[in-house]
Amino acid sequence: MELHLDPKIQILFYLVTVVCFVFGLKMLTSPRTARRGNLLSGIGMLVAICTALFSFGVVDYTTILIVFVVGSAIGAVLAYAIDLRAIPQMVAILNGFGGAVSALVGVAELNSVMEKGISTLSADMQRTPSLFFGAVGVDTFIGTLTFWGSMIAFAKLQGLISEKAFSLPFKNVINSLLLLGTVVLTALLTLNASDPGNPINLTYLIGILVLATLLGLTLTMAVGGADMPIIIALFISYAGLSAGALGFTNLNYGLIMVGALVGASGLILTATMAKAINRNFWGIILGNITPPTMVVAGADDIYAGRIKSTSAEEFAMILEAANSVCIVPGYGLAVAQAQGTCRDLYNELTADGKQVTFAIHPVAGRMPGHMNVLLAEVDIPYDKLLELDDSNAFLGDCDVAIILGANDVVNPLARTAKDTPIYGMPILDVDKARTVLVIKRSLSPGFSGIPNPLFINDNTLMLFKDAKPALAEMVKAYRER
Amino acid sequence: MDPVIIALVLFVFAVIIGFDVINKVPPTLHTPLVVASHAMAAIMVVSAIIVAGEGAEASVLSKVLAVVALLLGVINVVGGYLVADRMLAKFKNSRPVKKA
Repeated sequence: MELHLDPKIQILFYLVTVVCFVFGLKMLTSPRTARRGNLLSGIGMLVAICTALFSFGVVDYTTILIVFVVGSAIGAVLAYAIDLRAIPQMVAILNGFGGAVSALVGVAELNSVMEKGISTLSADMQRTPSLFFGAVGVDTFIGTLTFWGSMIAFAKLQGLISEKAFSLPFKNVINSLLLLGTVVLTALLTLNASDPGNPINLTYLIGILVLATLLGLTLTMAVGGADMPIIIALFISYAGLSAGALGFTNLNYGLIMVGALVGASGLILTATMAKAINRNFWGIILGNITPPTMVVAGADDIYAGRIKSTSAEEFAMILEAANSVCIVPGYGLAVAQAQGTCRDLYNELTADGKQVTFAIHPVAGRMPGHMNVLLAEVDIPYDKLLELDDSNAFLGDCDVAIILGANDVVNPLARTAKDTPIYGMPILDVDKARTVLVIKRSLSPGFSGIPNPLFINDNTLMLFKDAKPALAEMVKAYRER
Repeated sequence: MDPVIIALVLFVFAVIIGFDVINKVPPTLHTPLVVASHAMAAIMVVSAIIVAGEGAEASVLSKVLAVVALLLGVINVVGGYLVADRMLAKFKNSRPVKKA
Protein backbone atom coordinates (compact mmCIF):
# COMPACT_ATOMS: atom_id res chain seq x y z
CA MET A 1 0.00 0.00 0.00
CA GLU A 2 1.42 3.35 -0.95
CA LEU A 3 -0.58 6.44 -0.16
CA HIS A 4 1.37 9.55 -0.92
CA LEU A 5 0.53 13.21 -0.96
CA ASP A 6 1.96 15.48 -3.61
CA PRO A 7 4.66 17.62 -1.93
CA LYS A 8 2.77 20.74 -3.02
CA ILE A 9 -0.32 19.56 -1.15
CA GLN A 10 1.88 18.68 1.83
CA ILE A 11 3.01 22.28 2.07
CA LEU A 12 -0.62 23.32 2.49
CA PHE A 13 -1.09 20.88 5.37
CA TYR A 14 2.10 22.10 7.02
CA LEU A 15 0.74 25.61 6.64
CA VAL A 16 -2.29 24.51 8.69
CA THR A 17 0.16 23.40 11.39
CA VAL A 18 1.90 26.76 11.36
CA VAL A 19 -1.41 28.64 11.65
CA CYS A 20 -2.49 26.38 14.55
CA PHE A 21 0.84 27.01 16.30
CA VAL A 22 0.73 30.79 15.83
CA PHE A 23 -2.80 31.10 17.22
CA GLY A 24 -2.04 28.48 19.86
CA LEU A 25 0.91 30.53 21.10
CA LYS A 26 -1.23 33.67 21.08
CA MET A 27 -3.92 31.95 23.17
CA LEU A 28 -1.28 30.68 25.58
CA THR A 29 -0.48 34.25 26.58
CA SER A 30 -3.71 34.56 28.56
CA PRO A 31 -4.72 32.22 31.42
CA ARG A 32 -8.31 32.05 30.23
CA THR A 33 -7.52 30.67 26.78
CA ALA A 34 -4.25 28.91 27.57
CA ARG A 35 -5.62 25.38 27.71
CA ARG A 36 -7.46 25.74 24.41
CA GLY A 37 -4.30 27.23 22.93
CA ASN A 38 -2.38 24.10 23.86
CA LEU A 39 -5.14 21.95 22.36
CA LEU A 40 -5.03 23.95 19.14
CA SER A 41 -1.27 23.53 18.88
CA GLY A 42 -1.78 19.80 19.56
CA ILE A 43 -4.15 19.63 16.59
CA GLY A 44 -1.49 21.36 14.50
CA MET A 45 1.05 18.77 15.60
CA LEU A 46 -1.36 15.96 14.67
CA VAL A 47 -1.83 17.45 11.20
CA ALA A 48 1.96 17.62 10.74
CA ILE A 49 2.44 14.01 11.87
CA CYS A 50 -0.33 12.73 9.55
CA THR A 51 1.14 14.71 6.67
CA ALA A 52 4.56 13.16 7.31
CA LEU A 53 2.99 9.68 7.26
CA PHE A 54 1.96 10.30 3.65
CA SER A 55 5.39 11.43 2.45
CA PHE A 56 7.16 9.85 -0.50
CA GLY A 57 9.39 6.99 0.57
CA VAL A 58 7.40 6.16 3.70
CA VAL A 59 6.32 2.53 3.29
CA ASP A 60 7.22 0.75 6.53
CA TYR A 61 4.05 1.53 8.45
CA THR A 62 4.42 -1.54 10.71
CA THR A 63 7.57 -0.19 12.34
CA ILE A 64 6.07 3.29 12.67
CA LEU A 65 2.89 1.92 14.27
CA ILE A 66 4.77 -0.18 16.83
CA VAL A 67 7.03 2.73 17.79
CA PHE A 68 4.00 5.05 18.03
CA VAL A 69 2.17 2.72 20.40
CA VAL A 70 5.20 2.14 22.64
CA GLY A 71 6.30 5.79 22.60
CA SER A 72 2.80 7.12 23.30
CA ALA A 73 2.37 4.74 26.22
CA ILE A 74 5.70 5.82 27.75
CA GLY A 75 4.93 9.50 27.15
CA ALA A 76 1.45 9.25 28.67
CA VAL A 77 2.64 7.36 31.74
CA LEU A 78 5.40 9.93 32.30
CA ALA A 79 2.99 12.85 31.90
CA TYR A 80 0.43 11.52 34.36
CA ALA A 81 2.76 9.84 36.84
CA ILE A 82 4.92 12.83 37.67
CA ASP A 83 4.31 15.15 40.57
CA LEU A 84 3.67 18.67 39.30
CA ARG A 85 6.60 19.84 41.42
CA ALA A 86 8.83 17.89 39.05
CA ILE A 87 7.64 19.64 35.88
CA PRO A 88 10.96 21.44 35.29
CA GLN A 89 12.87 18.13 35.34
CA MET A 90 10.28 16.49 33.11
CA VAL A 91 10.50 19.26 30.53
CA ALA A 92 14.30 19.19 30.68
CA ILE A 93 14.56 15.46 29.98
CA LEU A 94 11.88 15.46 27.26
CA ASN A 95 13.51 18.42 25.58
CA GLY A 96 16.78 16.50 25.67
CA PHE A 97 14.97 13.75 23.75
CA GLY A 98 13.94 16.35 21.16
CA GLY A 99 17.57 17.42 20.71
CA ALA A 100 18.57 13.77 20.36
CA VAL A 101 15.92 13.23 17.67
CA SER A 102 17.32 16.11 15.59
CA ALA A 103 20.88 14.86 15.94
CA LEU A 104 20.03 11.18 15.29
CA VAL A 105 17.97 11.93 12.18
CA GLY A 106 20.74 14.20 10.88
CA VAL A 107 23.32 11.42 11.37
CA ALA A 108 20.97 8.87 9.75
CA GLU A 109 20.48 11.12 6.70
CA LEU A 110 24.20 11.74 6.31
CA ASN A 111 24.89 8.01 6.67
CA SER A 112 22.39 7.21 3.89
CA VAL A 113 24.03 9.72 1.58
CA MET A 114 27.52 8.43 2.39
CA GLU A 115 26.45 4.84 1.74
CA LYS A 116 24.16 5.26 -1.24
CA GLY A 117 25.17 8.59 -2.78
CA ILE A 118 23.17 11.78 -3.18
CA SER A 119 20.53 10.00 -5.24
CA THR A 120 18.80 9.30 -1.90
CA LEU A 121 18.07 13.02 -1.63
CA SER A 122 15.11 14.79 -3.18
CA ALA A 123 15.56 16.24 -6.67
CA ASP A 124 15.86 19.78 -5.34
CA MET A 125 18.53 18.81 -2.85
CA GLN A 126 20.52 16.88 -5.47
CA ARG A 127 21.07 20.19 -7.22
CA THR A 128 22.39 21.81 -4.03
CA PRO A 129 24.18 19.03 -2.11
CA SER A 130 26.32 21.56 -0.24
CA LEU A 131 23.17 22.87 1.43
CA PHE A 132 22.45 19.33 2.62
CA PHE A 133 25.91 18.91 4.14
CA GLY A 134 25.86 22.36 5.76
CA ALA A 135 22.40 21.80 7.21
CA VAL A 136 23.38 18.39 8.60
CA GLY A 137 26.36 20.03 10.31
CA VAL A 138 24.25 22.78 11.88
CA ASP A 139 21.44 20.38 12.79
CA THR A 140 23.61 17.76 14.50
CA PHE A 141 25.49 20.52 16.33
CA ILE A 142 22.39 22.22 17.77
CA GLY A 143 20.66 18.89 18.41
CA THR A 144 23.61 17.46 20.35
CA LEU A 145 24.09 20.71 22.26
CA THR A 146 20.40 20.66 23.21
CA PHE A 147 20.58 17.02 24.26
CA TRP A 148 23.56 17.35 26.60
CA GLY A 149 22.52 20.74 27.93
CA SER A 150 19.04 19.47 28.76
CA MET A 151 20.41 16.31 30.36
CA ILE A 152 22.72 18.30 32.64
CA ALA A 153 19.79 20.59 33.51
CA PHE A 154 17.74 17.49 34.34
CA ALA A 155 20.51 16.02 36.49
CA LYS A 156 20.90 19.29 38.39
CA LEU A 157 17.16 19.76 38.99
CA GLN A 158 16.73 16.13 40.01
CA GLY A 159 19.63 16.50 42.45
CA LEU A 160 21.73 13.84 40.71
CA ILE A 161 24.60 16.31 40.55
CA SER A 162 25.31 19.46 42.56
CA GLU A 163 23.17 22.45 41.71
CA LYS A 164 26.05 24.80 42.32
CA ALA A 165 27.32 26.71 39.32
CA PHE A 166 30.58 25.14 38.24
CA SER A 167 32.75 27.34 36.11
CA LEU A 168 35.89 26.43 34.21
CA PRO A 169 38.75 28.91 34.18
CA PHE A 170 38.88 30.78 30.84
CA LYS A 171 35.38 29.48 30.21
CA ASN A 172 34.64 32.07 27.53
CA VAL A 173 37.83 31.31 25.66
CA ILE A 174 37.12 27.56 25.78
CA ASN A 175 33.51 28.01 24.64
CA SER A 176 34.56 30.31 21.80
CA LEU A 177 37.14 27.76 20.63
CA LEU A 178 34.55 24.96 20.75
CA LEU A 179 32.15 27.07 18.68
CA LEU A 180 34.87 28.04 16.23
CA GLY A 181 35.89 24.39 15.86
CA THR A 182 32.30 23.47 15.00
CA VAL A 183 32.08 26.21 12.39
CA VAL A 184 35.32 24.99 10.77
CA LEU A 185 34.18 21.34 10.74
CA THR A 186 30.78 22.28 9.28
CA ALA A 187 32.53 24.32 6.59
CA LEU A 188 34.84 21.38 5.76
CA LEU A 189 31.82 19.07 5.56
CA THR A 190 30.03 21.51 3.26
CA LEU A 191 33.07 21.91 0.99
CA ASN A 192 33.23 18.13 0.65
CA ALA A 193 29.69 17.92 -0.74
CA SER A 194 30.94 16.86 -4.16
CA ASP A 195 32.53 13.78 -2.60
CA PRO A 196 29.74 12.39 -0.39
CA GLY A 197 31.20 8.90 0.04
CA ASN A 198 34.55 10.12 1.41
CA PRO A 199 35.07 8.57 4.89
CA ILE A 200 36.59 11.84 6.10
CA ASN A 201 33.03 13.21 6.19
CA LEU A 202 32.28 10.80 9.03
CA THR A 203 35.33 12.15 10.89
CA TYR A 204 34.04 15.70 10.49
CA LEU A 205 30.61 14.65 11.75
CA ILE A 206 32.03 12.90 14.81
CA GLY A 207 34.14 15.99 15.48
CA ILE A 208 31.00 18.14 15.43
CA LEU A 209 29.21 15.76 17.81
CA VAL A 210 32.14 15.79 20.26
CA LEU A 211 32.52 19.59 20.24
CA ALA A 212 28.75 20.08 20.65
CA THR A 213 28.77 17.67 23.60
CA LEU A 214 31.61 19.55 25.30
CA LEU A 215 29.91 22.90 24.69
CA GLY A 216 26.60 21.59 26.06
CA LEU A 217 28.38 20.45 29.21
CA THR A 218 30.41 23.61 29.84
CA LEU A 219 27.45 25.93 29.18
CA THR A 220 25.05 24.13 31.49
CA MET A 221 27.49 23.24 34.27
CA ALA A 222 28.11 26.98 34.66
CA VAL A 223 24.48 27.59 35.58
CA GLY A 224 23.31 27.44 39.19
CA GLY A 225 20.03 26.36 40.80
CA ALA A 226 17.79 29.42 40.57
CA ASP A 227 18.85 30.22 37.00
CA MET A 228 18.09 26.75 35.63
CA PRO A 229 14.60 27.72 34.37
CA ILE A 230 16.07 30.26 31.98
CA ILE A 231 18.52 27.80 30.50
CA ILE A 232 15.65 25.32 30.00
CA ALA A 233 13.69 27.95 28.05
CA LEU A 234 16.83 28.60 26.02
CA PHE A 235 17.28 24.91 25.20
CA ILE A 236 13.64 24.66 24.13
CA SER A 237 14.38 27.46 21.71
CA TYR A 238 17.46 25.56 20.50
CA ALA A 239 15.35 22.42 20.00
CA GLY A 240 13.07 24.48 17.74
CA LEU A 241 16.06 25.83 15.82
CA SER A 242 17.48 22.31 15.42
CA ALA A 243 14.14 21.26 13.90
CA GLY A 244 14.44 24.20 11.50
CA ALA A 245 17.98 23.15 10.53
CA LEU A 246 16.75 19.58 10.07
CA GLY A 247 14.09 20.97 7.72
CA PHE A 248 16.87 22.43 5.56
CA THR A 249 18.49 19.00 5.12
CA ASN A 250 15.60 17.85 2.93
CA LEU A 251 13.82 21.14 2.24
CA ASN A 252 10.84 20.21 4.36
CA TYR A 253 9.04 23.57 4.39
CA GLY A 254 6.80 22.55 7.30
CA LEU A 255 9.75 21.77 9.52
CA ILE A 256 11.54 24.95 8.47
CA MET A 257 8.54 27.16 9.28
CA VAL A 258 7.63 25.53 12.59
CA GLY A 259 11.24 25.24 13.74
CA ALA A 260 11.85 28.92 13.05
CA LEU A 261 8.59 29.90 14.76
CA VAL A 262 9.23 27.91 17.93
CA GLY A 263 12.91 28.83 18.00
CA ALA A 264 12.14 32.54 17.77
CA SER A 265 9.29 32.54 20.29
CA GLY A 266 11.48 30.52 22.67
CA LEU A 267 14.23 33.12 22.41
CA ILE A 268 11.80 35.93 23.23
CA LEU A 269 10.46 33.93 26.15
CA THR A 270 14.02 33.43 27.41
CA ALA A 271 14.65 37.16 27.11
CA THR A 272 11.41 37.98 28.97
CA MET A 273 12.33 35.64 31.80
CA ALA A 274 15.85 36.98 31.98
CA LYS A 275 14.53 40.53 32.20
CA ALA A 276 12.18 39.57 35.03
CA ILE A 277 15.16 38.69 37.22
CA ASN A 278 17.50 41.31 35.82
CA ARG A 279 19.84 38.97 34.01
CA ASN A 280 21.57 39.84 30.76
CA PHE A 281 20.12 38.00 27.76
CA TRP A 282 23.42 37.76 25.89
CA GLY A 283 25.12 36.59 29.06
CA ILE A 284 22.68 33.70 29.10
CA ILE A 285 23.34 32.73 25.50
CA LEU A 286 27.05 32.68 26.27
CA GLY A 287 26.54 30.72 29.48
CA ASN A 288 27.52 33.55 31.81
CA ILE A 289 24.41 33.38 33.91
CA THR A 290 25.16 32.74 37.51
CA PRO A 291 27.55 35.27 39.03
CA PRO A 292 30.14 33.81 41.36
CA THR A 293 29.00 33.54 44.96
CA MET A 294 30.74 36.00 47.25
CA VAL A 295 31.43 35.14 50.82
CA VAL A 296 29.54 37.76 52.77
CA ALA A 297 30.54 38.59 56.36
CA GLY A 298 29.67 35.57 58.51
CA ALA A 299 25.95 34.97 58.79
CA ASP A 300 26.36 34.34 62.52
CA ASP A 301 27.63 37.88 63.07
CA ILE A 302 24.65 39.34 61.24
CA TYR A 303 22.01 37.28 62.98
CA ALA A 304 23.62 37.05 66.44
CA GLY A 305 21.01 37.67 69.13
CA ARG A 306 18.83 39.78 66.89
CA ILE A 307 16.34 37.16 65.71
CA LYS A 308 12.87 37.21 67.26
CA SER A 309 11.45 33.72 67.24
CA THR A 310 7.91 32.97 68.31
CA SER A 311 5.06 30.45 68.18
CA ALA A 312 2.28 29.55 65.74
CA GLU A 313 -0.26 30.79 68.31
CA GLU A 314 1.23 34.26 68.29
CA PHE A 315 1.21 34.25 64.48
CA ALA A 316 -2.50 33.40 64.60
CA MET A 317 -3.16 36.30 66.98
CA ILE A 318 -1.35 38.72 64.70
CA LEU A 319 -3.38 37.47 61.72
CA GLU A 320 -6.59 37.94 63.68
CA ALA A 321 -5.84 41.64 64.03
CA ALA A 322 -4.89 42.08 60.38
CA ASN A 323 -7.13 43.28 57.58
CA SER A 324 -4.85 42.65 54.65
CA VAL A 325 -2.47 39.73 54.37
CA CYS A 326 0.07 38.98 51.68
CA ILE A 327 1.46 35.45 51.44
CA VAL A 328 4.87 35.06 49.79
CA PRO A 329 5.42 31.44 48.80
CA GLY A 330 8.80 30.04 47.81
CA TYR A 331 10.17 26.69 46.81
CA GLY A 332 10.30 25.73 50.51
CA LEU A 333 6.50 25.61 50.46
CA ALA A 334 6.53 23.11 47.60
CA VAL A 335 9.25 21.01 49.23
CA ALA A 336 7.17 20.83 52.41
CA GLN A 337 4.09 19.86 50.31
CA ALA A 338 2.23 22.55 52.23
CA GLN A 339 0.15 24.04 49.40
CA GLY A 340 -3.04 22.39 50.73
CA THR A 341 -2.49 23.65 54.27
CA CYS A 342 -1.69 27.05 52.84
CA ARG A 343 -5.06 27.00 51.05
CA ASP A 344 -6.76 26.15 54.39
CA LEU A 345 -5.21 29.25 55.94
CA TYR A 346 -6.27 31.29 52.90
CA ASN A 347 -9.85 30.02 53.25
CA GLU A 348 -9.99 30.79 56.99
CA LEU A 349 -8.71 34.32 56.48
CA THR A 350 -10.94 35.16 53.50
CA ALA A 351 -13.97 33.70 55.32
CA ASP A 352 -13.42 36.43 57.92
CA GLY A 353 -13.49 39.10 55.22
CA LYS A 354 -9.74 39.71 55.22
CA GLN A 355 -8.06 40.64 52.00
CA VAL A 356 -5.55 37.88 51.15
CA THR A 357 -3.23 37.83 48.15
CA PHE A 358 -0.24 35.80 47.08
CA ALA A 359 2.87 37.63 45.96
CA ILE A 360 4.61 35.63 43.28
CA HIS A 361 8.16 36.55 42.42
CA PRO A 362 9.15 35.79 38.81
CA VAL A 363 11.62 33.15 39.97
CA ALA A 364 9.65 31.74 42.88
CA GLY A 365 9.73 27.97 42.68
CA ARG A 366 11.88 26.21 40.17
CA MET A 367 10.69 27.80 36.99
CA PRO A 368 9.06 31.16 36.28
CA GLY A 369 5.36 30.70 36.99
CA HIS A 370 5.99 27.34 38.68
CA MET A 371 4.53 28.60 41.99
CA ASN A 372 1.36 29.68 40.19
CA VAL A 373 0.87 26.15 38.91
CA LEU A 374 1.39 24.61 42.35
CA LEU A 375 -1.08 27.03 43.97
CA ALA A 376 -3.57 26.63 41.13
CA GLU A 377 -3.41 22.89 41.78
CA VAL A 378 -4.92 23.43 45.26
CA ASP A 379 -7.68 25.67 43.87
CA ILE A 380 -6.31 29.06 44.79
CA PRO A 381 -7.83 31.39 42.17
CA TYR A 382 -5.24 32.82 39.81
CA ASP A 383 -6.50 36.37 40.17
CA LYS A 384 -5.31 36.26 43.81
CA LEU A 385 -1.77 35.56 42.60
CA LEU A 386 -0.11 38.94 42.10
CA GLU A 387 2.93 39.60 39.97
CA LEU A 388 5.94 41.53 41.14
CA ASP A 389 4.73 45.12 40.56
CA ASP A 390 1.19 44.49 41.80
CA SER A 391 2.56 42.64 44.82
CA ASN A 392 4.80 45.53 45.76
CA ALA A 393 1.91 47.98 45.44
CA PHE A 394 -0.14 45.73 47.73
CA LEU A 395 2.72 45.20 50.19
CA GLY A 396 3.22 48.95 50.62
CA ASP A 397 -0.09 49.14 52.49
CA CYS A 398 -0.38 45.67 53.90
CA ASP A 399 -0.80 44.62 57.54
CA VAL A 400 0.96 41.28 57.48
CA ALA A 401 3.30 39.57 55.04
CA ILE A 402 3.83 35.84 55.54
CA ILE A 403 7.01 34.42 54.02
CA LEU A 404 6.65 30.71 53.35
CA GLY A 405 9.93 29.09 52.37
CA ALA A 406 11.10 32.02 50.27
CA ASN A 407 14.46 33.66 50.90
CA ASP A 408 16.49 35.31 48.15
CA VAL A 409 13.43 36.90 46.52
CA VAL A 410 12.72 38.89 49.70
CA ASN A 411 16.34 39.71 50.56
CA PRO A 412 16.83 43.49 50.86
CA LEU A 413 20.54 43.04 50.10
CA ALA A 414 19.52 42.79 46.43
CA ARG A 415 18.87 46.55 46.55
CA THR A 416 22.17 47.63 48.05
CA ALA A 417 24.90 44.98 48.23
CA LYS A 418 26.82 45.22 44.95
CA ASP A 419 29.12 42.28 45.75
CA THR A 420 26.32 39.71 46.14
CA PRO A 421 25.03 37.47 43.35
CA ILE A 422 21.48 38.77 43.77
CA TYR A 423 22.39 42.46 43.43
CA GLY A 424 20.04 44.20 41.03
CA MET A 425 17.43 41.45 41.04
CA PRO A 426 14.00 43.00 41.66
CA ILE A 427 12.66 41.72 44.99
CA LEU A 428 9.32 41.65 46.79
CA ASP A 429 9.28 44.60 49.21
CA VAL A 430 7.97 42.59 52.15
CA ASP A 431 9.81 44.85 54.58
CA LYS A 432 7.25 47.56 53.71
CA ALA A 433 4.46 45.53 55.34
CA ARG A 434 3.63 46.45 58.94
CA THR A 435 4.50 43.01 60.29
CA VAL A 436 6.54 40.30 58.58
CA LEU A 437 6.05 36.68 59.64
CA VAL A 438 8.71 34.28 58.39
CA ILE A 439 8.18 30.53 58.47
CA LYS A 440 11.45 28.76 57.77
CA ARG A 441 13.09 25.58 58.96
CA SER A 442 16.39 27.22 59.86
CA LEU A 443 18.50 30.26 59.08
CA SER A 444 20.15 28.45 56.16
CA PRO A 445 20.66 30.66 53.10
CA GLY A 446 18.76 30.40 49.80
CA PHE A 447 20.18 29.48 46.37
CA SER A 448 22.44 32.54 46.46
CA GLY A 449 24.19 31.40 49.63
CA ILE A 450 24.00 34.78 51.36
CA PRO A 451 22.35 35.74 54.67
CA ASN A 452 19.12 37.73 54.72
CA PRO A 453 19.03 40.88 56.92
CA LEU A 454 15.23 40.91 56.60
CA PHE A 455 15.21 38.37 59.43
CA ILE A 456 16.66 40.86 61.95
CA ASN A 457 14.29 43.73 61.15
CA ASP A 458 12.28 45.14 64.06
CA ASN A 459 8.98 44.17 62.45
CA THR A 460 10.03 40.62 61.56
CA LEU A 461 8.98 37.59 63.61
CA MET A 462 10.24 34.11 62.84
CA LEU A 463 8.81 30.65 63.33
CA PHE A 464 11.39 27.89 62.90
CA LYS A 465 9.38 24.95 61.63
CA ASP A 466 8.57 22.97 58.54
CA ALA A 467 5.96 24.92 56.56
CA LYS A 468 3.28 22.23 56.72
CA PRO A 469 3.04 21.66 60.50
CA ALA A 470 3.59 25.39 61.08
CA LEU A 471 0.65 26.31 58.86
CA ALA A 472 -1.50 23.53 60.33
CA GLU A 473 -0.85 24.86 63.86
CA MET A 474 -1.63 28.40 62.73
CA VAL A 475 -4.92 27.30 61.18
CA LYS A 476 -5.83 25.38 64.34
CA ALA A 477 -4.93 28.28 66.65
CA TYR A 478 -6.81 30.69 64.38
CA ARG A 479 -9.97 28.57 64.47
CA GLU A 480 -9.85 28.17 68.25
CA ARG A 481 -9.30 31.80 69.07
CA MET B 1 11.36 30.20 -7.91
CA ASP B 2 14.36 28.40 -6.47
CA PRO B 3 13.15 26.09 -3.67
CA VAL B 4 16.11 27.10 -1.50
CA ILE B 5 15.12 30.76 -1.75
CA ILE B 6 11.54 29.86 -0.84
CA ALA B 7 12.85 27.95 2.20
CA LEU B 8 14.88 30.97 3.34
CA VAL B 9 11.93 33.33 2.88
CA LEU B 10 9.69 31.02 4.92
CA PHE B 11 12.36 30.71 7.62
CA VAL B 12 12.78 34.46 7.98
CA PHE B 13 9.05 35.16 8.05
CA ALA B 14 8.45 32.43 10.62
CA VAL B 15 11.18 33.94 12.82
CA ILE B 16 9.51 37.35 12.61
CA ILE B 17 6.11 35.90 13.52
CA GLY B 18 7.70 33.94 16.37
CA PHE B 19 9.29 37.09 17.78
CA ASP B 20 6.05 38.99 17.47
CA VAL B 21 3.54 36.50 18.84
CA ILE B 22 5.17 36.18 22.25
CA ASN B 23 4.94 39.68 23.56
CA LYS B 24 4.44 40.87 27.13
CA VAL B 25 3.54 37.49 28.55
CA PRO B 26 2.61 37.72 32.25
CA PRO B 27 5.06 35.73 34.46
CA THR B 28 2.04 33.69 35.64
CA LEU B 29 2.11 31.93 32.29
CA HIS B 30 5.84 31.52 31.85
CA THR B 31 5.84 27.92 32.99
CA PRO B 32 2.79 26.87 30.93
CA LEU B 33 4.25 28.67 27.94
CA VAL B 34 7.63 27.01 28.38
CA VAL B 35 5.95 23.62 28.66
CA ALA B 36 3.61 24.24 25.72
CA SER B 37 6.31 25.61 23.44
CA HIS B 38 8.42 22.64 24.39
CA ALA B 39 5.60 20.44 23.08
CA MET B 40 5.62 22.40 19.81
CA ALA B 41 9.41 22.14 19.57
CA ALA B 42 8.89 18.38 19.30
CA ILE B 43 8.05 18.92 15.62
CA MET B 44 11.28 17.21 14.50
CA VAL B 45 9.42 13.94 14.98
CA VAL B 46 8.13 14.62 11.46
CA SER B 47 11.60 13.98 10.02
CA ALA B 48 12.03 10.90 12.20
CA ILE B 49 8.80 9.47 10.73
CA ILE B 50 9.98 10.06 7.18
CA VAL B 51 13.40 8.45 7.69
CA ALA B 52 12.16 5.60 9.93
CA GLY B 53 9.44 4.74 7.42
CA GLU B 54 11.86 4.01 4.59
CA GLY B 55 11.56 0.60 2.98
CA ALA B 56 14.00 -2.29 2.61
CA GLU B 57 16.31 -0.34 0.30
CA ALA B 58 17.35 1.91 3.20
CA SER B 59 20.72 1.72 4.93
CA VAL B 60 20.41 -0.50 8.03
CA LEU B 61 22.35 1.89 10.27
CA SER B 62 20.23 4.84 9.18
CA LYS B 63 17.06 2.86 9.81
CA VAL B 64 18.15 1.88 13.32
CA LEU B 65 19.11 5.46 14.19
CA ALA B 66 15.83 6.76 12.83
CA VAL B 67 13.73 4.22 14.75
CA VAL B 68 15.46 5.20 18.00
CA ALA B 69 14.88 8.85 17.06
CA LEU B 70 11.22 8.15 16.35
CA LEU B 71 10.73 6.49 19.74
CA LEU B 72 12.30 9.44 21.59
CA GLY B 73 10.35 11.84 19.38
CA VAL B 74 6.98 10.20 20.09
CA ILE B 75 7.69 10.17 23.86
CA ASN B 76 8.62 13.85 23.57
CA VAL B 77 5.44 14.83 21.69
CA VAL B 78 2.96 12.82 23.75
CA GLY B 79 4.61 13.59 27.10
CA GLY B 80 4.99 17.25 26.19
CA TYR B 81 1.36 17.84 25.21
CA LEU B 82 -0.17 15.81 28.03
CA VAL B 83 1.90 17.42 30.79
CA ALA B 84 1.13 20.87 29.39
CA ASP B 85 -2.59 20.09 29.33
CA ARG B 86 -2.49 18.61 32.83
CA MET B 87 -0.91 21.78 34.10
CA LEU B 88 -3.10 24.25 32.21
CA ALA B 89 -6.23 22.45 33.43
CA LYS B 90 -5.33 23.65 36.95
CA PHE B 91 -5.77 27.32 36.19
CA LYS B 92 -9.05 28.58 37.57
CA ASN B 93 -10.45 32.02 38.18
CA SER B 94 -12.20 33.02 41.41
CA ARG B 95 -14.93 34.60 39.27
CA PRO B 96 -16.97 32.25 37.11
CA VAL B 97 -15.65 32.17 33.56
CA LYS B 98 -17.99 33.95 31.17
CA LYS B 99 -19.46 31.71 28.56
CA ALA B 100 -18.64 32.97 25.10
